[in-house]
Amino acid sequence: MRFPTVASPHVAPAHDVSRIMRQVMLALVPGTAIAIHFFGWGVLVNILLTVSAGLLAEAAMLAARGRPLKPFLSDGSVIVTAWLLALCLPPLAPWWLPVTGIVFAVVFAKHLYGGLGYNLFNPAMVGYVVLLISFPREMTQWVMPQGLAAASLSLPEAFHVVFTGQLPAGIGWDALSSATPLNLYKTQTGQGVPLSTIQQQPIFGTLGGVGWEWVTLGWLAGGLWMMWRGIINWRIPLTMLGAFGLLALGFHLYDAERYAGPLFHLFSGGAMLGAFFIATDPVSGSTTPRGQLVFGAGIGVLEYFIRTFAGYPDGVAFAVLLMNIAAPLIDHYTPARVFGARGGRA
Amino acid sequence: MSERILHRFPGGLHPEQHKSESNGTPIRRAALPERLILPLRQHIGQAAKPVVAVGERVLRNQRLAQAEGYVSAPVHAPTSGMILAIEEHAVPHPSGLSAPCIVLQPDGLDEGMRAFEPWPDFCAVSPLLLRERVREAGIVGLGGAVFPSAVKLAGTPGTPIHTVVLNGAECEPYISCDDRLMRERADEVLRGGQILMHVVSAERCLVGVEDNKPEAIAALREAARLLGDARIEIVAVPTIYPSGGEKQLIHVMTGERISRETRTTERGFLGQNVGTAVAIYRAVVHGEPLTRRIVTVTGSGMAQPGNWDVPLGMLACDLIEQAGGYRPDVARLILGGPMMGFAMPSDEVPVTKAANCLLALASRDAPADPLPMPCIRCGKCAEACPVELQPQQLLWDARAGDFERAEKRDSLFECIECGICSAVCPSHIPLVQYFRYAKTEIWQRERDKDKASQAKVRFDVRNARIEREKREREAMLARKRAQLAAQKATAEPAPGEGEAAPVDDKQRAIREAMERARARKAAIQGQAEDPPVDKA
Amino acid sequence: MWTAILVFTVLALVLGALLGYAGQAFKVEGDPLADKIDALLPQTQCGQCGYPGCRPYAEAIAAGEADINRCPPGGETTIKALADLLGVEPKPLDAELGEEKPKTVAWIDEQVCIGCTLCIQACPVDAILGAPKLMHTVIRDECTGCELCVAPCPVDCIYMLPLKPELDQWRWPNPESRIEIAEDVSLVIASDPALGREAEGRGGKHAMVAPSEVLSGSPRPAGPRDDGSRA
Repeated sequence: MRFPTVASPHVAPAHDVSRIMRQVMLALVPGTAIAIHFFGWGVLVNILLTVSAGLLAEAAMLAARGRPLKPFLSDGSVIVTAWLLALCLPPLAPWWLPVTGIVFAVVFAKHLYGGLGYNLFNPAMVGYVVLLISFPREMTQWVMPQGLAAASLSLPEAFHVVFTGQLPAGIGWDALSSATPLNLYKTQTGQGVPLSTIQQQPIFGTLGGVGWEWVTLGWLAGGLWMMWRGIINWRIPLTMLGAFGLLALGFHLYDAERYAGPLFHLFSGGAMLGAFFIATDPVSGSTTPRGQLVFGAGIGVLEYFIRTFAGYPDGVAFAVLLMNIAAPLIDHYTPARVFGARGGRA
Repeated sequence: MSERILHRFPGGLHPEQHKSESNGTPIRRAALPERLILPLRQHIGQAAKPVVAVGERVLRNQRLAQAEGYVSAPVHAPTSGMILAIEEHAVPHPSGLSAPCIVLQPDGLDEGMRAFEPWPDFCAVSPLLLRERVREAGIVGLGGAVFPSAVKLAGTPGTPIHTVVLNGAECEPYISCDDRLMRERADEVLRGGQILMHVVSAERCLVGVEDNKPEAIAALREAARLLGDARIEIVAVPTIYPSGGEKQLIHVMTGERISRETRTTERGFLGQNVGTAVAIYRAVVHGEPLTRRIVTVTGSGMAQPGNWDVPLGMLACDLIEQAGGYRPDVARLILGGPMMGFAMPSDEVPVTKAANCLLALASRDAPADPLPMPCIRCGKCAEACPVELQPQQLLWDARAGDFERAEKRDSLFECIECGICSAVCPSHIPLVQYFRYAKTEIWQRERDKDKASQAKVRFDVRNARIEREKREREAMLARKRAQLAAQKATAEPAPGEGEAAPVDDKQRAIREAMERARARKAAIQGQAEDPPVDKA
Repeated sequence: MWTAILVFTVLALVLGALLGYAGQAFKVEGDPLADKIDALLPQTQCGQCGYPGCRPYAEAIAAGEADINRCPPGGETTIKALADLLGVEPKPLDAELGEEKPKTVAWIDEQVCIGCTLCIQACPVDAILGAPKLMHTVIRDECTGCELCVAPCPVDCIYMLPLKPELDQWRWPNPESRIEIAEDVSLVIASDPALGREAEGRGGKHAMVAPSEVLSGSPRPAGPRDDGSRA
């Protein structure tokens, strides 16, 4: 009797990319729900816009490159990219902003580098940075968190605002928008206002900013869950948050009126989201165990310095992209030690 | 008994066990088939050399082929019968290629001979003789590695062996031949361990068994109690693949991490499979060469899974037929376990010393290779790799054809081909297949390189020879010319002749050569036109 | 501005002198590049490249006179290795010079051989044994398969035979090539190496395998190109 010879192992695969991506999405749900609660339906509108535009752009690029649509569209990687980008964008931003961002991310940062698995840079962060540099005004227009805002919009109203740019009658932009706590921290410490004064403004909460602290806790919860499920490992998030927090602590101890403490830094802006969901992107990150420690710590350090000393209020995107550049080099210099080999074989 | 502290190797996998299909029934003895095909090489090393002639009648236990070289093993007749042929026959190998085999037709009498003198009191026999016995009995590692045991028993000069490790982990799913063997012949396993301890003068013997085989562990512990040998310790190790890897098992039981390039004997360990221990016991105490082995016949494609005591050389198809045949939906036949075994193109291959399991999978358990997607470098493979490799980097190297980097930087040859990386890859990339490919490719390139340098040496030597011959000819000519000139000088010098003579000489030589060539050409043509048959 | 020009001129002179000195002081005997190139060539000495042996071809490459794609026995592997060494782009084999073929060895039909020694003289590696008017035979292990002995034979008794696949020299197929084949014939040749070899024997690496010949293949729709392999 004759049989086909298929390569071993002859067991059903234990994992699946699409399953992993679905679990990542599940981990994003709590934080996203909290974000919608505090910052309104605009957050959801952003996600819907980026996901649909992202899928379209992906399909167009796959078709143009002669790749099969189904396996690549159904693996969920585009949806995760789009979702992450949407979370970084200001709610109620005009519709073309998320669309431009995700199309740039998919076309330039992903497919022109060779598609899934070959992108050197984190596509979501490339999309974000392109928008931040090209449209600084639109990108810094954040909405006021629930409880502070004088008005809130329903989902249809949010759609209306996003597509037409016109607010419902009786509501002005002033009632809805404000700078982010990080933005305020940046500009006002720059003007020499002592931190204790800055933090008396209502937008600052117990840990970070009002609303922000809960959203970041949501990311933390999702991230820990992913760690528990074995989707991500501890190395990058821990070293990133560790390096970031330690630096913040050091500077805070040096001058508490000039430099905010680690809690404020960790629970505002994109630190948590970045640590668990963005820096852990395996494609553009470091993959060797020791390399991941360096990679994570590098992002943490860069993020702190960009936040504190550079021109932008938050630095996750830049920090991640800069370390993406360094990832191949880091991998090169941190080969894993193999079982039984003494002192490594680098 | 004091509790041993167990260690954990990196990575690992918990595949579905599927042991209960085959381990519930006792080992059955296979009836003699009509023909036995005994490959001359059922071991690592050089093929054995036949010592019987076609048409000769042989007896059970008679040596059919002798070991050639140090790393080799002889082949013995599993039953009495006639040598039908010594020829190429398909052997169990992923390539489906053939190799020289001895074809034995059993005569049904199963008439035996005493191959060796039984040594029931093996302690009185010198280790050297015992090692020679192991070699002469054709015993090789029966866990699947089939490395000649006698070579391993010789150990590493200057490093005493302190521990004999009997490997009964049997970590691959489905396989239960060692499980049944330990349950039914626990005493022989441990006595084999005692012989091994005596041969290498070890202080202790650790028997490692995965804790998914409680009956085997109980049987071994009972046998150890009856034997009353304090040096023997039965260790239940956690069930995790690949704990049956020799170095993994040693690590689990003792905490020693031994890398690929170090042999276990260099660290004072002698590892042997439990089946090998039984074979050694039978060879020493009963004087029997290795002519049979236990084979697990199992899987969703087999009608009646179970374990069989099989004469070596029995065709897989004959054995499967005796075992009740296939189920109708059988889709794949694997030699070995599902993780490391290879799918065989045909079942018309003999059971060899390496064949621990014939696994037939029904179509539902044997999906075609899923479509590989691009690597997203998620690192699942690296996390699960028991030797801490970075399979995703190795994949990159292998795909790019950068074998040097794969070998030097990413330690390709540390890979034990356990198959975990392929099993956990979410992109369904056949990683281990890439590594096997890269390894054989590197070996091929080394062979090519050796061949090229050999050719280069021969080419250079040939050129040097041609050059030398030319020089010698010229020197000879010059000498002759000088002689001639000297003769002319002494004889009466005739003007004009001094120049004419050498020219004349040369022309004569050319003429003669041309005549010779013409004659030769004629001869050649004459011969060429002859029909080759006449020449023969 | 004049100071700048002066400074740079002096710098250039000093550095130039240094370089010149280094070139003399650390001169490597022989031609290391040609040596390195030679080491990558298959040493068949077949002359298919148009040079009388591997070494002259290596020297020609080192001197920039010859292209790297002139070695049919080395084929793609050698071209790639040369490209890596020289830091140039690999290019396809020059088709005019021949094609990459499976390895062969010469075999002399001793019934027909007349013992003319012409092949012995032609063999670049002295792999043919014999004497005038005595039949010749090829030392299998030494034969490089260069085919130089075939043409001189007056009775055409030399055959180039494909190397018999040996178990211990058997290689696992590249999983990548399997995917390509799958695309070509809309079938997965279920990685049956025997079939793969058969296909190779019949007509090169990417020989078409008719569906009926795929004894063990499991039919599957045309496999989409694996994004990873060529992206």
